[in-house]
Amino acid sequence: MNGGHDLGGLHGLGDINPEPEMEEPVFHAEWEKRVFALTLATGMLGKWNIDSSRHARERQHPATYINNTYYENWLAGLQTLLIENGLVSAQELSSGKAYGSVDADILSRVPDPRQIPAILKKGGPSARQPESEPAFGVGVPVRVCNRHPEGHTRAPRYTRGREGVVAAYHGYHVFPDRAAHGPDGGAHLYSVRFTSDQLWGNGRPETDSIFVDLWEPHLEAMALWQR
Amino acid sequence: MPHDGHDFTDPPSDLALRVKALESLLVDKGLVNQASLDVIIDTYETNVGPRNGAQVVARAWTDASFRALLMSDATRAVESLGYIGRQGEHLIAVENTSNIHNLVVCTLCSCYPWTVLGLPPVWYKSAPYRSRAVSEPRQVLREFGTELGDNVEIRVWDSTSEMRYLVVPARPTGTDGWTEEELMPLVSRNAMIGVEFARSPDASGAAT
Repeated sequence: MNGGHDLGGLHGLGDINPEPEMEEPVFHAEWEKRVFALTLATGMLGKWNIDSSRHARERQHPATYINNTYYENWLAGLQTLLIENGLVSAQELSSGKAYGSVDADILSRVPDPRQIPAILKKGGPSARQPESEPAFGVGVPVRVCNRHPEGHTRAPRYTRGREGVVAAYHGYHVFPDRAAHGPDGGAHLYSVRFTSDQLWGNGRPETDSIFVDLWEPHLEAMALWQR
Repeated sequence: MPHDGHDFTDPPSDLALRVKALESLLVDKGLVNQASLDVIIDTYETNVGPRNGAQVVARAWTDASFRALLMSDATRAVESLGYIGRQGEHLIAVENTSNIHNLVVCTLCSCYPWTVLGLPPVWYKSAPYRSRAVSEPRQVLREFGTELGDNVEIRVWDSTSEMRYLVVPARPTGTDGWTEEELMPLVSRNAMIGVEFARSPDASGAAT
């Protein structure tokens, strides 16, 4: 979706003003810690994946997304996921009181605190067993399809319709554009290299480039005469 | 409430109260265990942080076979140091040299190699960095005090997939014969994102 999260190339957002590295705490407020931990802990219930989780944050009104601090967006996404997956009702959320009971099946998935370190170490690899051969080899010119889906996509707007070259093949991975919305069989994943000039028309040194990870369904082959 | 440098010590906000209420609700319903939340927070406040990455880089600077493994299969290389887990499942190391400078961003959200760098700083997740790192990396680097010559090629990595990128900064001059432990304090988090160079020996205050 062309949401407020797709920020590459947006103007007017100002200076970066980084906090000095040695002075910046991991969290800036107690509530940030709690939102972070609640998001990870409820994610362990297996009701959603990382792609639907990102999509829940980016579906906010673009102005809200951009104005929010980082963990405010996490909080908004978490509330959306909890309601959409039936774990809490809107009424419970607004009152803070638990009304209904939770399925035994879901309660059985709540990990014991002693299991948490192992779960965090295990992570969630996105590599999958390939179901086909990759269509593009390294060095092959490709174009990003000029598509603007309303759902989740990991093809940034600034790459769409642009020409690049396959710089590396990463293997077969979960395809977020599908996985955010339902079952997904995965897709081939590539690193595609674009020149700065190709993306921004800025005549910058031709050697400056931007590498973007894109999946095969994002890409189209270029006819020989176009290369 | 944009990040404009104001302090973060305001009295309990509506937001803090809302989060507290949500946590109580989820605990009451049995959906989360309070002790688990504390374990998660503690993991990322004290165990997993940029010290991990600094060791990876310092090892690569001092051990040629480790460096070769890091550049060909970073996931396996950092796993050999015990740094495995969430948001580091598929790691790629990119190396800065005298004529190539790498810079990492996630324009769509905040993808970042947690296993080696911990959780990202506020500026990395901010709209200004995410919008500008891909379109005007030289100006962005200048805001961090990093000047690159026109002969230096910039490679910006937009972390759109589950691949995570770690920049291996160039080893500072004047560190010949230094051990891994002596080199680690030179490897700043910002250097491993690519917005700064590694610290020079005289600036770090490290033992020589």
